[in-house]
Amino acid sequence: MILRNKRFSIISLLLFLLCSCILSICVGAIEIPLKNLVKILGNQLFNLQADSYPKQQEAVLLAIRAPRVLLGALIGATLSMAGCAVQGMFRNPLAEPGLIGVSSGASLFAVTFIVLGNTVFHTVTLVFGYYALSIAAFTGAFLTTWLLYRFAVTRGRVDISSLLLMGIAINALAIALTGLLTYVATDEQLRNITFWSLGSLGGANWKTLTVMLPFALACMIGLLPMGKALNAIALGEAQAEHLGINIKRVNKYIVVFAALGVGASVAMAGVIGFLALLVPHLLRISVSADHKFLLPASGLFGAGLLVLADLIARTVAIPAELPIGILTAFMGVPMFIMIILRSRKERSFL
Amino acid sequence: MIEATGLHFKIGSRNIVENVHFSAKPGEMLAVIGPNGAGKTTLLKLISKQLRAESGEIQINGKNLADLTLEDLAKFRAVLPQSNYLNINLTVFEIALMGRYPHFKSKPNESDLEITSEALREMGMYGFKDRLIHQLSGGEQQRVQLARILAQIYQNPNGILLMDEPINGLDLQYQQIILDKARKLAKQGLTVMCILHDINLAAQYADQILVLKQGKRIAMGSPEEVLSEDLIFSTYHTRVKKISDQQLGYPIIVPIT
Repeated sequence: MILRNKRFSIISLLLFLLCSCILSICVGAIEIPLKNLVKILGNQLFNLQADSYPKQQEAVLLAIRAPRVLLGALIGATLSMAGCAVQGMFRNPLAEPGLIGVSSGASLFAVTFIVLGNTVFHTVTLVFGYYALSIAAFTGAFLTTWLLYRFAVTRGRVDISSLLLMGIAINALAIALTGLLTYVATDEQLRNITFWSLGSLGGANWKTLTVMLPFALACMIGLLPMGKALNAIALGEAQAEHLGINIKRVNKYIVVFAALGVGASVAMAGVIGFLALLVPHLLRISVSADHKFLLPASGLFGAGLLVLADLIARTVAIPAELPIGILTAFMGVPMFIMIILRSRKERSFL
Repeated sequence: MIEATGLHFKIGSRNIVENVHFSAKPGEMLAVIGPNGAGKTTLLKLISKQLRAESGEIQINGKNLADLTLEDLAKFRAVLPQSNYLNINLTVFEIALMGRYPHFKSKPNESDLEITSEALREMGMYGFKDRLIHQLSGGEQQRVQLARILAQIYQNPNGILLMDEPINGLDLQYQQIILDKARKLAKQGLTVMCILHDINLAAQYADQILVLKQGKRIAMGSPEEVLSEDLIFSTYHTRVKKISDQQLGYPIIVPIT
């Protein structure tokens, strides 16, 4: 069934997000029944003094599940909105931060920072504290996006094949340099590095959440008003300019805010691939390509989907945890292949 | 009103536009014709501020083009692109509404929606407003594009309409629909400048014709004045016969073999 009504879709996506959050909070190694969840929340938020639930459930909920679900939702929303904006800017659904190397750029900088943070970048760590890793990842994401834009856009036209080839090169470089850094890394740093490559929300606590929040909010609030400009860009860059859109300014703006979101996400949870490809494109083909709808809808859908993916990642092999990137890749790769087959069909028709 | 004087533009050492001057007045439709590579599209891009002339001056409604921002221009100047297939999952109404983008910040008000509907009605596409753009034929899409352009400069007495071969690839009926609308807009007081390949369509619809060849202005004037057999031979290297028909009111150019 194809849903055309945008308002209906937004409401459904909100419900989807809510359900996946509740589900993800309740299910796990320690089950929290729904009525206990309500009681605990009532106690915490309204000081209701309701009783009769095991204290262990409260502790798990507050210390582990809640920050993890919230971080998942925040990262899912940020990545999907950044993906939506970048796809719109390059006018191609294949321009996903992971594929074109933005995430690897961010993770390369993050890994470098983990390994050399206490020695080479000591002052940076001192100045920025907990934010230093996010800032390093943001710098990596920003530099790669800017580099991609410089090389793949000539005379206002995006060459998508050089964009993807650049992505391959950056990904390969990031893997090689990360490999190199593992030789100088300590055991603990090594564990951290492994965690970057496939992504995990395992590091979630209230502190990571507060570090993520300003970046995620800046990215989302910054990108939301770009709907109009992205719609006009869909007609073609020249047409957008004729409609009074300053393309160069819009592109710079999107590069900065998308890099901010992707960088912070990578710093908190490593590289989570394919989510930013899957979410906006699925909504684009099934509901509408109107970016004024697509940006917020991508945020909601991405948040819900990542929370669900994380639920599966941590429950499917209890007590072990799967990296979340494995699950998003399972969801995203079929989509990726579908887009390629589709565009090939279209080209053969022309 | 468009007034251009001494326009120069080159790529490398090759002159693309060389010392071109012309003016297009409100209420008139100006057609630009010339062989492939004559610099027609480049000239239009100079006028629409996509390219910057190396020297020369362009005045739009009495203001220097260099002093107008893209935002300023978009409020009264619209550009209809060549007909190329749009494959976007947007409805006809959403596409046409983009014409109002320069006029509202984030949410269209009542009058923007009203104007968009009116523009679609004028192009006979209102009945298609909830259809998806990629489900329409090329000709229908171009009518929606024209509705978008119409919405952009709707009933603006200072409106300027630029068109770059707007009827390429369209059949006879759609050619006439699009150009007829352009001429009607000119009659309402807009300044219309249109690149055309077909000399006969230029003769049929234009008030003024500007002929370019290798970046230079060869002639400018009414169709009857400009389109002489000699001029066309020297421009296109093709022998033609000019037939003047009293009933039609415009000349017809036919190649002779």
